[in-house]
Amino acid sequence: MQVPAPFEYERAASVDEAVALLARHGPEARLVAGGHSLLPMMKLRLARPEMLIDINDLSDLDYIRTEGDEIAIGAMTRHAGVLDSAVLAEHYRIFAEAERVIADPIVRNRGTVGGSLCQADPSEDLSAVFSALRGTAVIRSESGSRNVEMRQFHTGPYETAVGAAEMLVEVRLPIRPNSGSAYEKVERRAGDWSIAAAGAFVQLDGEGRIADLGIGLAAVGADHFTCEEAEDALRGGTPSEEAIARAAAICAEGCQPQADQRGPVDYKRHLVGVLVARALTRSAARARGEAA
Amino acid sequence: MMRVSMRVNGAQTEAEIEPRLLLVHYLRNTLGLTGTHWGCDTSNCGACTVWLDGLPVKSCTTLAAMADGHEVRTVEDLADGDSLDPVQQGFMQEHGLQCGFCTPGMLMTARALLDRDPDPDEATIREAISGNLCRCTGYENIVRAIRWAAEHQAAQAREEAAL
Repeated sequence: MQVPAPFEYERAASVDEAVALLARHGPEARLVAGGHSLLPMMKLRLARPEMLIDINDLSDLDYIRTEGDEIAIGAMTRHAGVLDSAVLAEHYRIFAEAERVIADPIVRNRGTVGGSLCQADPSEDLSAVFSALRGTAVIRSESGSRNVEMRQFHTGPYETAVGAAEMLVEVRLPIRPNSGSAYEKVERRAGDWSIAAAGAFVQLDGEGRIADLGIGLAAVGADHFTCEEAEDALRGGTPSEEAIARAAAICAEGCQPQADQRGPVDYKRHLVGVLVARALTRSAARARGEAA
Repeated sequence: MMRVSMRVNGAQTEAEIEPRLLLVHYLRNTLGLTGTHWGCDTSNCGACTVWLDGLPVKSCTTLAAMADGHEVRTVEDLADGDSLDPVQQGFMQEHGLQCGFCTPGMLMTARALLDRDPDPDEATIREAISGNLCRCTGYENIVRAIRWAAEHQAAQAREEAAL
């Protein structure tokens, strides 16, 4: 029987209360949202907080909405809410494609955007999505709010920029006209972590050139879940098959996958090349209004 | 220790528990509702699936404390007296179980699916039950069982409307 080690439990009724509880109880206190990352870690004693602060009552952080030329996603948004979001379906198809392969529908009823990002598992799909889209994390503490670029959010495996008495409350994304996005993942079986995964967005200018793009990579040891060298190679050019193949090859070379039970290094690099090319190709087609 | 109270299958329950008590053990050990099965303990197999506020969740990865003040529904609540829920009838009619270990979770997931989508196609059913593992049936009969339930509950509803 797997049970967590003993801990104290409190519920927060507001963000202010949650950050105040974190400040009062120190670094051994942890927030728990859906619990589908943290509780398994606690069962295995990979995490051993002395206090859990339950933030499931903070339904005011469960939203996906447009605000001016941005999309705001609340940290307590469940994965199921991301999958079903009409706002995200309109602007960023990458989300539904990623969510459909995150865990399973029952886990998605419970797991949250904020919890997934703060767990900071190197294989976590939304981390790659937000890195591809160059989102901005909004982090609250008792002294106020600060923004951190999503590409600076992860400071290492299972480590983030969120400090001991801080809380991720929102992620913001720019709305990009004339853009398309896509997500590709290979997993051993339904609901598993990726062997490798890649996401992308492509934004085209009036002449069909790439005005901007983003690439996200999960589970393959990519710096900040991305590959900026490949992005730079494509930006300003046309999304031709050759250009995309070159960028995909840069991603495959630049990432640092580990050999594990999911596969050897050369196989993972091969997957990265294939998946990046597919994600970019479909993103560009969507930006042109061609692909479903 | 802490005090929790929650409605389970419509009845108010209350107990003094350790904060680390998982919902599956609260249901099985504290309340004696052993219909919910305790399987992999890692939120993979779905045998422990129950409803929390109307949504299927894996009760091995939910603290009982998290359900404090909320509404839980388990497989014991599916039948109405001697009258089985259409998904339970479907599992009987289409041989949707062999060992039966995954069945309570399958039933709760299936019921939630049909409440949301009363006429799901095979692909929709397979995606919906992708968080519930069965090692006996190869899923074929489970998919048929859920289709059976969809068809027969629609027919039952038509009959009731005609009366």
